[in-house]
Amino acid sequence: MTRISDAMQKKIKHFRYIMVQNPVTIFAFSLFGLIVFLAVFGPWITPYDPLATNATNTLKPPNWDHLFGTDHLGRDVFSRVIAATRLDLGIAVSAVALSFFIGSALGCSAGFWGGWTDRIVGRFSDTIMAFPLFVLAMGIVAAMGNTVANIIYATAIINLPFYARVARAETSIRRNAGYVFSARLCGSSDIRILATQVFPNILPPMMVQISLNMGWAILNAAGLSFIGLGVRPPDAEWGIMVAEGANYIISGEWWLAIFPGAALMLAVFCFNLLGDGLRDLVDPLRRT
Amino acid sequence: MHSSKLIQVGRRLAQALPSVFGVIVISFILTRALPGDPAVYFAGDMADKESIEQVRQALGLDRSWIEQFLIYMSNLANGDWGVSLSTGRPVTEELLARLPASLELTLIGLTLAVAIAVPLGVLAATRPDSWVDHICRLLVTAGVSLPTFFTGLFLVYIFYYLLGWAPSPLGRLDILYLSPPQVTGLYTVDSLIAGDRETFVASLAQLILPATTLALFALAPIARMTRASMLGALSSDFIRTARANGLSGRVILSTYAFRNAALPVLTTLGMVFSFLLGANVLVEKVFSWPGIGSFAIEALVASDYAAVQGFVLAMALLFVCVNLTIDVILTITDPRVALDD
Repeated sequence: MTRISDAMQKKIKHFRYIMVQNPVTIFAFSLFGLIVFLAVFGPWITPYDPLATNATNTLKPPNWDHLFGTDHLGRDVFSRVIAATRLDLGIAVSAVALSFFIGSALGCSAGFWGGWTDRIVGRFSDTIMAFPLFVLAMGIVAAMGNTVANIIYATAIINLPFYARVARAETSIRRNAGYVFSARLCGSSDIRILATQVFPNILPPMMVQISLNMGWAILNAAGLSFIGLGVRPPDAEWGIMVAEGANYIISGEWWLAIFPGAALMLAVFCFNLLGDGLRDLVDPLRRT
Repeated sequence: MHSSKLIQVGRRLAQALPSVFGVIVISFILTRALPGDPAVYFAGDMADKESIEQVRQALGLDRSWIEQFLIYMSNLANGDWGVSLSTGRPVTEELLARLPASLELTLIGLTLAVAIAVPLGVLAATRPDSWVDHICRLLVTAGVSLPTFFTGLFLVYIFYYLLGWAPSPLGRLDILYLSPPQVTGLYTVDSLIAGDRETFVASLAQLILPATTLALFALAPIARMTRASMLGALSSDFIRTARANGLSGRVILSTYAFRNAALPVLTTLGMVFSFLLGANVLVEKVFSWPGIGSFAIEALVASDYAAVQGFVLAMALLFVCVNLTIDVILTITDPRVALDD
C-alpha cells in the first residue's frame, strides 16, 4: 500500500515538474477547461438566442451590445460562436471515442495474437491510409448520407488506423511480459488477459494519441461542414459559420468568418498543446 | 549492383498492387453503400422504369456481389467511371479537364512549402534554442492548428480587401484575360509557352494567395521532420568523426548531415501530399478555383454520386502513385535500402 502511494506521489511530482517546466501546458489545460465549460453550459450563458434573427440589425460590426457583431440575418455572432462549442466538441469527442474503442480492440488483437489477425488488421488499416483521408471522409459521407451522425462515423473511420497502429505496437511489446505469463498461469483466458492486463497498460500512450488526434478530428469535422456536409443551417457550428461568413469577407464584413474561425483555431491549438504536454508526461524520451 | 536495384524497384511496384486493389474494393463498397436502390440514383431524377432497369443491368446490380465487383473492375479498366448526373458527361472526362488546375495549385503550394520549410528546419536544428528555432516551433504548432479554409479567408481579407494587393479571389484568371492556348493545362506554363508575359503574371497573381494558404498548411510537418532528422543526423557518430577530422562546417552540414536527413523528409512528403489533396478541396472552395475539388463539392451538393466516388478513387490512385514514386526514388538513391532486404 505504501509503495503504491509512493508511486502515486512520484507521479504527481513528475506532473508538477512538467507543469512548472512548461507554462504553455498550464495555458493549454486552462483553455481546455474553458472549452469544456462552454460546451456544457454554453446554451445558458449566451447573451442572445443563437438562432434568433433580427432583420433591423444585420451585419453590424462588433460593438458593446454585440461583442462579435451580427451576421447577415441579424443573429448575434458571439452567442453563435459559444453555442457552437457543444456541437463541434460533441462531434469530435464521439468520433474519437468510436475510433479509440474500435481501434484499440483491433490493434490489441492484432498485436496479441499476431498471425492472420495481424495481417488482416494491418491490411485493413493500410487500405484506409492509402486514401487521402479528408477525401475518403467526403466519399463516406456522400455514400452513407449527409447527416451529422455520418460525419461522426466518417471521422471515426479515417482515424481508426492511427489507434489500431499504436495499440498494436504497444500490445506486441507487452505480449510476452511477465505479468501476462503469470496471468495465464493463473488460468486467465486470452480475452481476460487483454482486457485486464494489457489494455490498462497501453492506456497512457493511447491517451496521448487521443489528445493529439482530437484537434485533427475537430478540424476535419469543421472542414466537412465548411463544404456543406453534415450540419445544416441554421444550426450554429464553427465550420458552417465560416462558410456563411466567407461570402461577406470580400465586402469587408470580416467578423462573420474571423470569430468562428478563431474559435476553431484556438480549440485545435489547445488540443495540440495538450497532446504535446501529455506526451512529455507519459514519454519523457520524446520531449522536444 | 544495377540489376539488384531493378529487382528492388520491381518489388516496390508489386507491393503497390495490394493497395490499389484495396482502394478499388473500398471505392466499390462506397458506390454500393448508397441508401436505397443505387440503380435509381445512377439513373437520375428524370429516369423512367425502363432506364432504371437498363442502369441496373449495366451496373450488374441484378447479379451476385462477386460478379458486380468484376464488372466494376472491368468498367474502371476501360475508363468507364460512370456519367456525371449534373453535367451529363463521363466522370473521367470531367476529372481530366479539371485536374491541371488542381495540380498547378497543389504543386506550387508544395514547392513553396518545401522551399521555406527545409531551410527553416535545417537552421533550427543547427541553432537549437535560437530565435530561428523558436520561429520554427511557432510555425509548426500554428501550422497544424490553422484550418486551411480559415487561413485562406484571412489572407483574402488582408491582401485583397484591406491592402488591395491581390486580385479578386475568383478562379484562375481575372475575367479581363483570355486563358492561354492549352498545352499542359497549367496556365502559368501555357502562357510562357505562348510567350504571353501579361497572362503569365496575371495567372501567377491569382495563384499566390491559394498557394500560400496550402503552403502554410504543408509547412508544419515538413519543417518538423527536417528539424528532427537533422538533429538526429548531427548528433550521430559520423558527424563527430567528420568534425574531428577537421572538415569545414559547410561540408559537414550539406554533404554529410543533410544528405542523410533528407530521406525521412522525402518520406514525409508523401504524407504531406495526402493532406494537401484534402486541403485542396477546401482551398478551392475559398478561392472559387475551378479544379477537381470544386467539382467534387458541386457534385456532393447535387447528390451526384458517380462524380463524387470517381473523385475519391482518382485522388486515392494519385496518392498511391505519389507514394510509389517516392519509394522508388528512395530505393534508387539510398544504398541502405538494399541492406534491409
